[in-house]
Amino acid sequence: MTPTRKKRLTIVGIVVLSVGAAAAVALSALQDNLMFFVSPSDLYAQTLPDERQLRLGGLVVEGSVSRDPESMEVSFAVTDGAHSIPVTYVGLLPTLFREGQGVIAHGRIDNGVFQAREVLARHDETYMPNEVARALEAAGTPHQVTMPTTRSNASSDY
Amino acid sequence: MIAEFGQISLILALVLASLLATLPLWGAYRNNQALMNMAPSLVVGHFVFLLAAFLALATSFLRHDFTVINVAINSNLLLPWYYRLVATWGSHEGSLLVWMLILGGWMLAVALLSRKVLPNYFMARVLAVMGMISVGFLLFTILTSNPFDRILPGPPDGQDLNPLLQDWAMIIHPPMLYMGYVGMSVAFAFAIAGLLSGRMQKEWVRWSRPWTLAAWAFLSAGIMLGSWWAYYELGWGGWWFWDPVENASFIPWLIATALIHAQAVTEKRGAFPAWTILLSIAAFSTVLLGAFIVRSGVLTSVHAFAVDPERGVFILSYMVLVTGAALALYAVRAPRVMTGQGFGYVSRESTLLVNNVFMTVAAAMVILGTLYPLLIDLMGWGQISVGPPYFSVMFILMMIPIVALMPLGPFTRWGQDDLKRVVSPLTISAVAAIVAGTAIAVLLGAFNLRAVTGWIGGLWLILGALAYLWHQKKAARRLRLTGGQTGMILAHAGVGVFVIGVAMVESMTYERTVRFAPGDTRELAGYTWHLEEIAPVKGKNWIATEGRFTVYRGDREITRLNPQQRLYHRGQQVMTQVSLQAGFARDLYIAMGEPLNDGTGAWSIRIQIHPFVRWIWFGAFMVTLGALTAASDKRYWKPYRAADEMPAGSQGAQPA
Repeated sequence: MTPTRKKRLTIVGIVVLSVGAAAAVALSALQDNLMFFVSPSDLYAQTLPDERQLRLGGLVVEGSVSRDPESMEVSFAVTDGAHSIPVTYVGLLPTLFREGQGVIAHGRIDNGVFQAREVLARHDETYMPNEVARALEAAGTPHQVTMPTTRSNASSDY
Repeated sequence: MIAEFGQISLILALVLASLLATLPLWGAYRNNQALMNMAPSLVVGHFVFLLAAFLALATSFLRHDFTVINVAINSNLLLPWYYRLVATWGSHEGSLLVWMLILGGWMLAVALLSRKVLPNYFMARVLAVMGMISVGFLLFTILTSNPFDRILPGPPDGQDLNPLLQDWAMIIHPPMLYMGYVGMSVAFAFAIAGLLSGRMQKEWVRWSRPWTLAAWAFLSAGIMLGSWWAYYELGWGGWWFWDPVENASFIPWLIATALIHAQAVTEKRGAFPAWTILLSIAAFSTVLLGAFIVRSGVLTSVHAFAVDPERGVFILSYMVLVTGAALALYAVRAPRVMTGQGFGYVSRESTLLVNNVFMTVAAAMVILGTLYPLLIDLMGWGQISVGPPYFSVMFILMMIPIVALMPLGPFTRWGQDDLKRVVSPLTISAVAAIVAGTAIAVLLGAFNLRAVTGWIGGLWLILGALAYLWHQKKAARRLRLTGGQTGMILAHAGVGVFVIGVAMVESMTYERTVRFAPGDTRELAGYTWHLEEIAPVKGKNWIATEGRFTVYRGDREITRLNPQQRLYHRGQQVMTQVSLQAGFARDLYIAMGEPLNDGTGAWSIRIQIHPFVRWIWFGAFMVTLGALTAASDKRYWKPYRAADEMPAGSQGAQPA
């Protein structure tokens, strides 16, 4: 082997090794940060390890939202039609968070209560997250997503 | 009528693009000057028709032509004219039109600015390849996403542009981002033209560099504007969310960052030319991958366009076709690609190689995290998503060696160098960065691992760039930097500023959600926050509830902040309009939550203080400016002379 070739081989070797190491680290980091999507029925049916990060999706139960005036903790329930799960969250809810609308919460389950770290609702009021739509269908209550239609001039009075 | 005019213009542009994709290429193959010379004229015509189509859509928006479906869905009578203009690219269809107009613009720019730089046959090939790319996008638009579709009779009034897009940053963010995306097709076209010519890699890489740098500058600026917009418009106070759509713009950015550094090696030393070609292809392929992620709706994201499988399939096939054809050509021609000079372990080539390894590995990590959920879903293994911590952890791991090694690069000589010689002029910078970085972090009360390493790393980059400036000044009696050197210093120092901003924001952001009734005063984070009143206000197409805050530091009034909760008339969308005071070392940031309905008129209010958050965007702005400065380097714009061209294989010993 010529010295140039030897050098090239060494460089290639170093690159392959470091890329391999990076890939190993990446895969383990990925493993640790995977969030499984669950519906309220999934949570109801099985006992998952408490430390697991989850994405809970469903509809916000009508009349379930309440806020503690001192701690600013919000609690509400999420349903897929078959079962519902209580959720608690500290912080501001997204502006499109409404009762009866689709929502996704990130967090973990603790004694049957879902402790949300983050609550997401879509920007678009007609949007139903894909995962939520499928979860509702699986629970036997498919949600009709209506396309936006032109409305008459609807301004509210202030 | 106007919409039909736009439709016809679009079809004519397609005809011209098809001619452009074939005739000059045939001319270059047969060495037919007449056919090759057609390319620039076709490019002009192509651009004119695209501009006409764009103006037709913009006019339809401005004139409230609700018989055009796109206008009816994205605009209404109450929308002010400047947001009607934004609405032109606020939807999937309209944004594609802008995308193509910008593609036409890049082609025109290449035809005009590189006219004297490129030999005839090369120009013909570059423009023809871009013509092919345009054919694909025009077919996509006309077949699946026609912005000029009509609905008869039209509704009396339209719906609304998403209120989040009713913001001035939306006037420049998408066009800027598209300038970056589409600009990657220029680098791609140069690489393909280079492969087709089959010789003189060094030359075409030099011709390609300013275009790649410019595209990269626009991509950086576009991403920066998007981040800034998200920060104040989404109301969460974050500047980056590792959202799939953000990742879609970040992946090509990482690849392009590797590319501009690889190009330096190939241009100067002829080393790793095949890698440069591969990166040029990858940069554009990842742009198409991003388009797929954003426009197919396969991934759940905060701001993806509507779901349409047909579009997804089209873009995916297009991506496979473009990448496949490019790689096939590469496979055929690669054996002819020259090999450059060898280099030692300590050399400029090595430092740039390290940059490339880390940048491409980082890109691969982001791709993995973004596409993994899609793969799992396709396999039917369940629905998962990848949490932002994955990206943060991986990214910090990738950034540490890059930050540590970056200042060394410019000091290292091509070919072979001595580590001692490289390190010695940087000793002062290193010591100063460690001492000053730790001291500043302590003085700011930010004595934590992230902030301290952030300050040290950031100052190391800034002082390292200054050390290079100092070094150049000492070497020559009069300081004369090339555009490339000035650009590099600016960009590398900009990364330093960015790193400091990120470290401070990520470690020291203050956030509280508190209850505020009119008249309340609270002490938070060393400031006094007083809510005077909550009052209704009215805008052109919205009404809002506005909180009127005054912020004091001690007894001194600092600012008045008026966050709003807006209700848009059309579509009844509610939106949080944050109020913030920007500052050199911190932003005060208030968002309205919701009324608490406890009889006192109290609201939940979120108060945030973002330390050094401006540094993030200012750093990115310096990077952009640096790249544009580098692109203007005179060396790239020298008129072409046939004598410059060297036959393949023979490498003159050019000084670097």
